[in-house]
Amino acid sequence: MESQSGSVSPRKVTVWIGGAAGDGIASVAETLAKACARTGLYAFAYNSYQSLIRGGHVYMQIRIGSKKVWSQGDFSDFLIALNTDTLQRHAKDVSPGGVVIYNKEKIKLEPGLIKPGVTDCGLPSSTIANKFGKSAIMQNTVALGALSYLMNFPFEPIQDVLTSTFKRKGDVVVNANVGAAKAGYDYAKENFKAVPLTWQFTHKKRMFLTGNQAVALGAVAAGCKFYSAYPMTPATGILHWLAPKGPKYGMVVKQCEDEIAAMNMAVGAGHVGARAMTGTSGGGFALMTEAIGLAAMIEAPVVVVNCQRGGPSTGLPTKTEQADLFQALGASQGDYPKFVLAPANIEDAFYMTTEAFNLAEIYQCPVIILSDLLLAEHFETVDDFDFSKIKIDRGEMVTNYSGNGEYKRYLSTPSGISPRAVPGTANTVYVAGSDEHDEDGTLISDVFTDPEKRVVMMEKRMRKMTTALKNLPEPQIIGPENAELTLIGWGSTYYVIRDAVRMLEKEGMHVNHLHIKYVWPFQSKAISKILKSCKKTLIIENNFTGQMERLIRQETGLSIQHNLRKYDGEPLGPIQVCKKIKEVLSEKKVAELVAH
Amino acid sequence: MAETLEISKFKSKIAPDWCPGCGDFGVLSALQKACANLNVETKDVLVVSGIGCSSNLPGFFGSYGMHTLHGRAVAVAEGAKLGNPDLTVVVTGGDGDGYGIGIGHFIHAMRRNINMTYIVMNNQIYGLTTGQCSPTTELHTQTKSTPEGSIEVPINPIQLALVSGATFVARGFSGSQDLLSDLMMKAIKHKGFSIVDVFSPCVTYNKKNTYPWFRERVYNLQEDHHDTSDWNSAMKRSQEWDTRIATGIFYQTDAPTYEEQDPAFKFGAPAKQKLGLNAEDAKALVENFK
Ligand SMILES: Cc1ncc(C[n+]2csc(CCOP(=O)(O)OP(=O)(O)O)c2C)c(N)n1
Ligand code: SF4
Ligand SMILES: [Mg+2]
Repeated sequence: MESQSGSVSPRKVTVWIGGAAGDGIASVAETLAKACARTGLYAFAYNSYQSLIRGGHVYMQIRIGSKKVWSQGDFSDFLIALNTDTLQRHAKDVSPGGVVIYNKEKIKLEPGLIKPGVTDCGLPSSTIANKFGKSAIMQNTVALGALSYLMNFPFEPIQDVLTSTFKRKGDVVVNANVGAAKAGYDYAKENFKAVPLTWQFTHKKRMFLTGNQAVALGAVAAGCKFYSAYPMTPATGILHWLAPKGPKYGMVVKQCEDEIAAMNMAVGAGHVGARAMTGTSGGGFALMTEAIGLAAMIEAPVVVVNCQRGGPSTGLPTKTEQADLFQALGASQGDYPKFVLAPANIEDAFYMTTEAFNLAEIYQCPVIILSDLLLAEHFETVDDFDFSKIKIDRGEMVTNYSGNGEYKRYLSTPSGISPRAVPGTANTVYVAGSDEHDEDGTLISDVFTDPEKRVVMMEKRMRKMTTALKNLPEPQIIGPENAELTLIGWGSTYYVIRDAVRMLEKEGMHVNHLHIKYVWPFQSKAISKILKSCKKTLIIENNFTGQMERLIRQETGLSIQHNLRKYDGEPLGPIQVCKKIKEVLSEKKVAELVAH
Repeated sequence: MAETLEISKFKSKIAPDWCPGCGDFGVLSALQKACANLNVETKDVLVVSGIGCSSNLPGFFGSYGMHTLHGRAVAVAEGAKLGNPDLTVVVTGGDGDGYGIGIGHFIHAMRRNINMTYIVMNNQIYGLTTGQCSPTTELHTQTKSTPEGSIEVPINPIQLALVSGATFVARGFSGSQDLLSDLMMKAIKHKGFSIVDVFSPCVTYNKKNTYPWFRERVYNLQEDHHDTSDWNSAMKRSQEWDTRIATGIFYQTDAPTYEEQDPAFKFGAPAKQKLGLNAEDAKALVENFK
């Protein structure tokens, strides 16, 4: 509710649903968020969960608003607690004016636990739910119905979503769920006062999806015909979406024995001319690295998605982090050309994935997409993707060779790009070698008398990066030019930065924002120029060592003055970021933007 | 003479650089003969290898080739075959490559029954790295890494293939050229995953399992009343070693391939499909998320 002052149109309302894994939290959250999306509201949902299938503590944070919602927020206005643990952890933080909903027949809310002004809404959920079905999950549906009334949110959209969700299971199931939700709604209406929120519905239906789904959809749109993967959180969502859908668009979706196989298969498929992608998280990515180098050496196009989670090792399997930047940059032995793209939001996850396939084929090298758990797994309402914007560019292909003399697969050209023939093409037979090779593919790895050839081939490959730097879109500052402070981010910190900027604007403070999306090849010139024009700089990242901060220093010689780093596994909240910004802005002494 | 002419179709401009007498020469010429006799075009064959002396084969073979990473040839080849099933895909490599570092891919490839052929030049040693023990090195054999003799039980690739669901399991010997190229032809023609384990002596580092050693022991299953549809009998024959060693086809069965069962292939070879979505499909996908 944020403004917290009675009957106002809600800018943002935050609902938390907490319980144990297996309590069915995700389905309640999804129903609510989808109902919002169908009425034209915006929603942003983030699940804080643990790596177990039953038990533990899970809470879903859903923020809803009539304008674009940029992050999951910091605190809850409405809390649905499915167990005592949730009440103990989160009831005390519910904002004044808010509501706590729970099954009073199962758990007890200690008086004094909630802030003054928070309404205690204990429901006889078991009694109500039993009328509609045996499943314990039905109690959640009762709570959802009650929430709908208490939020002053109409019941119809909830009913619609429940109906379409359970349609496949038949009328009996639909009626039971709708009935339970309605009974919860009615009970709340008889016994409590709704929070007087006035919703503005535009009824413009928007897409509601995760970053993983956006990547998967981007792959389908780009004509990806081969996706190989080994399950690993938080990348599994890509596999789960593609497995049923991909084959309908001619895509082979292959679960492999391990990530080494996944990567090598993708290289094989990419090499023969099928657009290919693989997806994993940091641990799997580590296993893939040797084959990423293989792709670079044989100049096979391939896209690799690394959805980062907390590391090192198994780390925080279900928590977010951005600490694989150096791993992506340093993947595999040797020097080789590659792209590292860091989509900032769901829209980027879609469009940049389609772009990744073009880059991979134009420059014939691996393209690494660095996503992270927050981006990969949060749900968000977004405006419809525009498929007409998608261009497919396969780069220079040789389909019909009639050149002079023998075809040279690795011809040294000014751009570094050698026209590519795939196996099956007539008159262009060659061997693609992971050993260093000559222009025609002949191995020269051990020809000690010919170091010149090695130099020619190394420089040819690396020239592709020089060519790419001329063609990549330049980074842009978002917001007012002469701002007192420039915020710098990459990947999913985009969300919380936008949200914080919006909050500060309302307070009359103006900061601007540089978001780095093309991480490699690094656009040193453009970024140096921007940084030199900044007054104060603050970089925000989800890692311990400030990997982007260090990369910027390495590539530009410029040190960012301030940083906010988070590595506890949870995403940053906008209030946290605002606090840091105010601290930096109020600092009298301006640290120099040191050039090393 | 016609035969030599045909072989030349699959010769590359690079002359093999194996040690004189290396078993891999025989494997190369048997494969050249097999492909020539199968009447496939050089442009439609893709030979994929890992790393090792044996894995240098694609460089000497006149078709498309991929010389990949140590142990990863099978995985790369699976991707290539699934990417373009119109290609004839043959994997060539060593025992270290396939039964050591790459054993996981080998086993899973057999379960999958992708239509491809795997030829392992099994010299029971690591040749390229100058003579360490391999997964098929016999017990108590002295090598550079086992100076007191190997104390690990060797892998039996034929048994491994039989229990892993391979649909064509054969063994050849580089010294029996005609049988070997015939086995390769049958393996390539076989619909599904075919494995041909080939005794390909390393004349430099394996002083025990030599040409004469094999010549004294090998016999042809197909001349010895073996029923290739009898899995149990194949298992039994694969256990012979010290005095008598079976070559030829151990087992062959007809089973649906991976490609036949994956609905994605209804749209044709992935590498040859038109890219991009039509407006109608795009719209349906967008609506799917509402
Ligand atoms: C990841 C990796 N580890 C180790 C090596 C070194 N290496 C190259 S070939 C080889 C063994 C080759 O043995 P085998 O596959 O039996 O081939 P052979 O030389 O005997 O034909 C090894 C260990 C490598 N190239 N890559
Ligand atoms: S070392 Fe052995 S395997 Fe390698 S080429 Fe020489 S003989 Fe053949
Ligand atoms: Mg060997």
